[in-house]
Order: sequence, then structure tokens, then C-alpha cells
Amino acid sequence: MNHVETGEPRTPLEQRLATLRGGAPQRGLDARALAALAANPGCRRRAVLDAAGVDKAALATRLGHPAAFGQSPFAIGRGLAFERRVTADGCTELLALLRRHLALPAPYNQADDDSPVEIPALVTDPKRPAERIASTRAALTRAAARPGVWTLLDHPLLRLDVAGSAVHLEPDVIAVRPDGRWTVVEIKSFPILDGSADPAKVGAAARQAAVYVLALRATAADIAGSDARDSSPYREPEGLAGAPTATALLVCPKDFSNRPTAAAIDVRKAMAVTRRQLDRLTLIEQLLDALPPGTHVDLDPSRSDGQLNSAVAAMDAAYSPDCLASCELAFHCREEARCGGSVEALGRGVRGEVGSLRTVDEALDAANGTPGDPGGPGDEAAARLGRAAALRAEALGTLGALAATRVGARTGGRE
Amino acid sequence: MSLLTTLARLQAVRSGRAEPLATVLHRHLVERPMVLVPLAAAGEAGAPLAVMLGRDRERPTLLTVPQPLDRDRRFTFLAELAAELLPYLESFGEQVEVLTKETKDAETGEKTEVSRELCLDAPQIIVPNRGGIDLLGLLGRSTRFRRTAEDPDPGPYPAPARVPLLGRWLTHLRERSQVPGSSMLLAMTDLLGRHWATGQSTLEDQHLGALLAWLDPPAGLTGTEAALRAETARDERGQLLCPPAGPTTDPRFDSGLLAPAITRYDAARQLEQAGHPADPAAVAAREQDIDDLLRSILLPVWDQLWQGLDLLRTLPAAEHLPERWTGDRWSYTAHRDRLAAGEPPQPVQDDAVTAARKLAQREREQTTVEVQEALDDPLAMAEHRLAGEALAGVVVEVEAAYDTTGRSPKPRPLVTVRTADRPHADLGRELHRAGGPAKQQARLYGVDPGQGTITVQLVNGMGRKKEPEPGSVPAPGDQVCFTLFELTARQSAPLPEPEDTPWTHGGPPDRSGTEGRTEGRTDGRTDGRTEER
Repeated sequence: MNHVETGEPRTPLEQRLATLRGGAPQRGLDARALAALAANPGCRRRAVLDAAGVDKAALATRLGHPAAFGQSPFAIGRGLAFERRVTADGCTELLALLRRHLALPAPYNQADDDSPVEIPALVTDPKRPAERIASTRAALTRAAARPGVWTLLDHPLLRLDVAGSAVHLEPDVIAVRPDGRWTVVEIKSFPILDGSADPAKVGAAARQAAVYVLALRATAADIAGSDARDSSPYREPEGLAGAPTATALLVCPKDFSNRPTAAAIDVRKAMAVTRRQLDRLTLIEQLLDALPPGTHVDLDPSRSDGQLNSAVAAMDAAYSPDCLASCELAFHCREEARCGGSVEALGRGVRGEVGSLRTVDEALDAANGTPGDPGGPGDEAAARLGRAAALRAEALGTLGALAATRVGARTGGRE
Repeated sequence: MSLLTTLARLQAVRSGRAEPLATVLHRHLVERPMVLVPLAAAGEAGAPLAVMLGRDRERPTLLTVPQPLDRDRRFTFLAELAAELLPYLESFGEQVEVLTKETKDAETGEKTEVSRELCLDAPQIIVPNRGGIDLLGLLGRSTRFRRTAEDPDPGPYPAPARVPLLGRWLTHLRERSQVPGSSMLLAMTDLLGRHWATGQSTLEDQHLGALLAWLDPPAGLTGTEAALRAETARDERGQLLCPPAGPTTDPRFDSGLLAPAITRYDAARQLEQAGHPADPAAVAAREQDIDDLLRSILLPVWDQLWQGLDLLRTLPAAEHLPERWTGDRWSYTAHRDRLAAGEPPQPVQDDAVTAARKLAQREREQTTVEVQEALDDPLAMAEHRLAGEALAGVVVEVEAAYDTTGRSPKPRPLVTVRTADRPHADLGRELHRAGGPAKQQARLYGVDPGQGTITVQLVNGMGRKKEPEPGSVPAPGDQVCFTLFELTARQSAPLPEPEDTPWTHGGPPDRSGTEGRTEGRTDGRTDGRTEER
């Protein structure tokens, strides 16, 4: 859900972010974007642009470095077909998986659990997010009042306040269990093969589910009338506010078929990381303060590319090659990092290895023993680089000579 | 990434082209490997879309699945793949050498000669990247338990006869590719990445086109520019000029060209099945369209793989390659024997002992490959010298010295080496001589940073006489190298036979052969993809 309407800006911060956007419609932060924040928390450019809801893909195209993302129609078709199958016939298959994979306390842990199942009708009109959120909330409140029933909410809409602005999130399914606990269900189309799945994909799914659990906790706290802000993922609040469990159910195709199977995943760690990132997002105002006055990234064709470029350049990026897999602006940031000669363009670990040397030229100067290295003569990283360069030159240069002596030694030994 | 690799990358950034990471070729390349580019259907686990393969650069064979969701078409494809690959894989089983080993019978203590066959050569398959290796593994996993029409209980969807056998070979190749230093199934990006450093990150090196752009940039372009062009340049139809090397295709290729072509093929099939013989060649023509599309994105990758092989062949082969290739030959021979003995397909999960053995083997091979690469390649040894695990330099002085504690004096000469290396070791630490005439050990005797010298005392490998054998002690002016690590990998502790697995590890595995059977049955019955169409 990239285009959830978020209504008119209300808070001063929202006003400022709208100015930054320059009148363009806001792109809602979705769970994927929120989860991706945790991937590169140091990137101010991403933080500001995401918080403002700027269309980064369109921005990247305007900057001349279009993003290389896209999903094959075959993959999309397969994903939708699988989700339809899981939730078909009143979620029969999903319910079987929930019963099998979630450990319920007595008396609901019987093999022949026959608790009644309810699938309340929710408002689904994407143009009316406020009503969708209200209907989700009402359904959750109703379900909480009646234990002993499975209530499955298909594509509910949750609201999470992030840095003073509202984010709308749409989990695949929320299951209210007979014991009154709420479980987030995440349906993915990558397979669980022989009981294991691609760890990168599972990790991404866990981070996404963690965002949903956070939003669900906020909703539960709201219904219960308590404060959710200070709750750690490792400590469950009392009463209704503690209803959402930190264990999500991941539903995937089994092996090479499209029959669903499931695994319960503990998302507490992902919740803790995301929570910390979201709290950091409140620093957006400080990031905005640091920008030159009047900065905005309006994609209107009347603006020159130069203006746009300098507006983007005003926001510090923390590029690393990992960004290529997750951020639309990555090609632009990579170009920028390469032009600046940043060593991080070669990989995140490189920075650690070359210590205080920040650019390719500085590092190579240190390696060649050229004076003027910023670390000074006592700089350990520079010394190590110099030693490495000497060894490398020796190995590449004296190759012929060394091989010759070795062969000589060997034949000499045999005689 | 080590500091030396980082340095090479930094140098590549400045020079605008790839810089060497090795002075010799560290993986065995057979004269005519089987080059194979697999493509997977997007969104389906392990569903093949196409394969381009062959041993002749000028004549690649293309196999395609016009409708990836159609089980029959997939089986036809797998049968064709088996017909192409199995003769090659099996062709090495005939020529063998017979090795005899003397062993002691455990009970009687009598010495007996045991002879074993070892195939003279083994197959080698080169794929573009690790994704290709994984896809072959998935194909192996999805086909090796299949039942065929010859099976007593063939099930509702019997696979073509040789497909399960193909699955077992693919499974074996993929397993072997996990062993460090093995060369039966290799990814081109790994091969090139081992031997050259580009001015981009390892992540970006996974793109074969971009990697080759750094290695051999077109005239007038730097590596950065050429790599960017390989990654992003598109033609007027919006298609990548340098298609990805698989196994996934470019989403815009899928949506813009492939999906419409498959839709047209499906429509033609439906007309045919509905009994409209309007154009009998329609289905074949639509199939041909799909073939042409897939050929257009596979041929560039095919050429890249051969270009990569050309580049690798410019390097001289490392000394230890035949030794490691013998390991691959043993692995090939063992699999040949298992097939001949009629053993069931490899299980989904290994039993405890097999798993422990595999892990121990991989650890041992990892050590071996690191040591052998260091011995073969001064640039690899430089890594160890930088890490303080080795020292190398020119001998400046040799002083005869003797150990007189025993009955007869033994030679213990002191060798002083001029080097800037500073091994991380205390005096007295055991050293191993690398590249010497024979196995030889030494002790670290003294370090003089002021003079820039290190003195070592040789302790063995000099014969039994009072004076060392000629040639066993280096002379002033010789280049020598000593390592802190041993030059051969240690054998791990013996493991029990699988039948003797202790109860702590689940007890002996159930060898009744039912594992594979049940697996095959589940798979056969509920492969739901075709129903889904």
C-alpha cells in the first residue's frame, strides 16, 4: 500500500515536510519502508525523504539515475494466487495452520479445537483510510470482549504515529485467538524448503511483521487506555494492552508446491531495533533544521535539475553497496560517493580497515608512503596500508625471480 | 575482505580497471568444460525456464520451457536436459586407474592389499554465478525423488526415465561445490573474483556483466563507466543491453516481452486443444518466438562465460591444482560407485555422522586450500605475512650450530633473514619452511628490528649426519619463507560409522529406504502448480 491517503497536514512538522515535498502528493510510509530504515539508520537523506513522503523512484529518475527495481509479473501473480489460496473458503487453510503452529494454553490446546470462527467484514475502500482504521479497531474491540472465538481480520488497516505524523499499515491478516491474544500473520510467496527458507527473506518478513506488531500494540494500548510508548518488546504489558503477541506466523508455500505451511517467528529483536529507529525519527525536526532554508525537492518539471541536485545534496547520505538492494536513490548516492572518492563505495567493511582515511586518494597516498596523510606519521592504518602496498608490490614484481629460485631449490634437493 | 584485497580494489578505482589478486590460476580448469547458463521462472521455487549449455563455444544448445507452469513441458525440458548432460557426466566413469593400498585386517592383523578404482578425469560445469549453482541444487532436490514409469508404483505423474538420475547428479555436483577448493561445479563470478579485484564492492561483483566490464573495459571507457553501462543501459524497447546472468530474468523483460509471448503461446495451445486446426504450425511458431526471446538474453551471458574462461586461461596454473583435482576425481568416482551399487537417492537431511563428516571435510579442505594457495602464490602468501603468520626474505647469514645434548652432535644451523615481516610469535615458536626442498621445521631464534633481520634455527630436514645434507640449508642470497601455520591440514578425530551413531545423536539412521519413497509420494501427489493454472 503505497498510496494510502493521509489527509491534510495538521501538525507543524507535517507542514514542514509538505513544504519540502513541494506540493506533490505524499507517499505513505509502508511497513517495508519502515523496516528498511533499520537497514541503514545512519542515512539522513533517506530519513528526511521518507518522512516527507517524497516519491524516491521519481526523484531518482529526475536525477538521471533511475532505480533498477521491479517485480516480475509472474512473481506478482504467484504471490497473489498464493495469498488467495491461503485465505480462500473463509481462511480454512490458514485456520488449520494457526491451530497447528500456535501453542495455545488450555483449554484451547485440544487437537480437535472447535472454537467458532468469525471473519468480520471490514471497510475496504482504499480512499477512506480513517474509516478502515476505525472498523479495524471496532472489530478488535469486539473480539477482545468475546474469548473462545477465532476472529480473523483480513487486510485490516492500523495506524502508527511516527515522528509526529501518521503512518498507515496493512498487515495480511490479524488473528485474534480464542485465548484473547492477537497474532500477526504474514503471507509470503517464497518457499519453506525442507523446513528452512532463505534467511534474508525471512529476516525481511520478520522486520515487516515487527512493524505490524508495534502498530498493533499501539492500537491495543489505545483501546485499553494505557500508554504504549514506554513498553519494551521484551516486557509484555498487563491486560488488554498486552494482547498482541511478539510471535508472528509466517505462512509460505511448502517445498515446490503451493500448499501453505507456516512457521512461528519471534520478532522481539526486530521490534526492538525498529522501535529504536522510530524513536530516532523524532529527530527529523533537527535534520530539517540543518537544511538550508527553502530547500525542497519538488519534482515539478519547471525546476532545473541543478536545483534538484543541490537540494538532494544538502541532505547527507550514508551510502554503502547494501543500499543498492533496498533504496531507490542508491544509484544516485553511489555516483555521488564515487565522485567524492569515498572508500565506503567499496563496501561497508572497507571503512573499518582503512581507519581514519576517508577517500580513495588519501588511502592510496598512505599506501604509497606519500607525506600529507591526515592521520600523521603515527597513524596505524596508514602504516599498515604502506606495509600492505610494499608486500603487494613485492609479490607482483618479484614473481618471476621467486618462482625461479623455488624451482632451483626443488631440483637441487632431488639430486 | 583482507587489507590486501582492499588495497587492490583501491588501486583498481584509480587505474580504472581490475587489478590482479593472484599470480597463478587457483582453480583447476579442464580443457573443455561444460558451460551452462540456467534461467528460473520468476516466483516459482526451482522451476526452470531455460538452459543454454554446451562444450563448444560456437554451438550452444538451447532448452526452454514455453510455459513454466505446465508440468508436462517441464518434464520434457528435464528429459532433454538429462539427455544433454548425463552422457557428459557419465562419460568419465569408464577410464580408471587402479590404486592399491596395503591395509592391516583389524581382526587377524594380516596384511592385505586393497585395490580401488579412481576415474582418470571428472566432469566440470561452469555456471555464471552462485545463483546458478543454487538453482541446479534446487532442480536436483525437486527431481531426485521422482518416480518414473518404470517404478512398480509410478504414481499419477511419473517423470521421464532419466530425470531422477539427473537430479542425483545435480545434487552431488552442488554438494561438491560446497567443498572449498573443489572444481567440479564452479561459478564464474567466484572464479573471476578470486583472481582479480575490481574498483567496486563484492556485492556489485555478483553481476557478471559488470565484473567483466572492469576486467576488460571497452576502449575509451573506464571500469566504472563500463560497469555502469552493463548494469543499467537499456535499448529503445527498455530492455537491458547486458541481460542479467540469471538465474532470474529482468522484470521488465518478463513484463514487456516474455509474458505477452507466453500468453500468445497459451492462446495458440487452447485453440489447438479446442480442435481448431486453422493453423497447425501456430503452436510451434509461438514456441519458436519464446525460444528466440530466451536465446536473445542467454547468448550475451554465454559469450561472457567464454570471455571469462579466456581471461582465466591467461594465468599459469598453480602447482597444487592436480592434487586438489584428484579430490574431485575421488568424489566423482565415489558417486559413480554409489549409483552402480543401487543406493537410494541422497536423503533430504543427512544423518548425524554424515553431516559431521561433511563438515569436517569442508573444514579440512578450507585449511588445505588456504595453505596450498599461499604456497603456490606469493600474493596469497603476502596475506599471511601481513597478518604476522609468515616471514619471507633473503638470507644474509648462515651460522653453523649444533645440538650437543645427545650422543652425537646434530646440526642446528642459524639462518638470518633480511625481512620487514614481524611474525606474531614469541621466541622459540615452531616455524615451517615453505617452498623448501623438503619438509623442514625451524624455531624462531631472534628478532632484530634495528637491523631488519630475523634469525631462525633449523631443527630438522637435514639428514642424519653431523653435517647437513647439501641443499637442505639455504645459502646467503637465497629467498626463503617460513610460516607459523602447518603446511598440511590435520586429520580430524575419527567418526563412527553411521550404523553406530550414538543415541545422543539420534541413534542409527533408518536405512529402510522409506525416506525417499515417502518424499517422492508427497511430491508427486501434491505438486499443485499445474492445477493452479
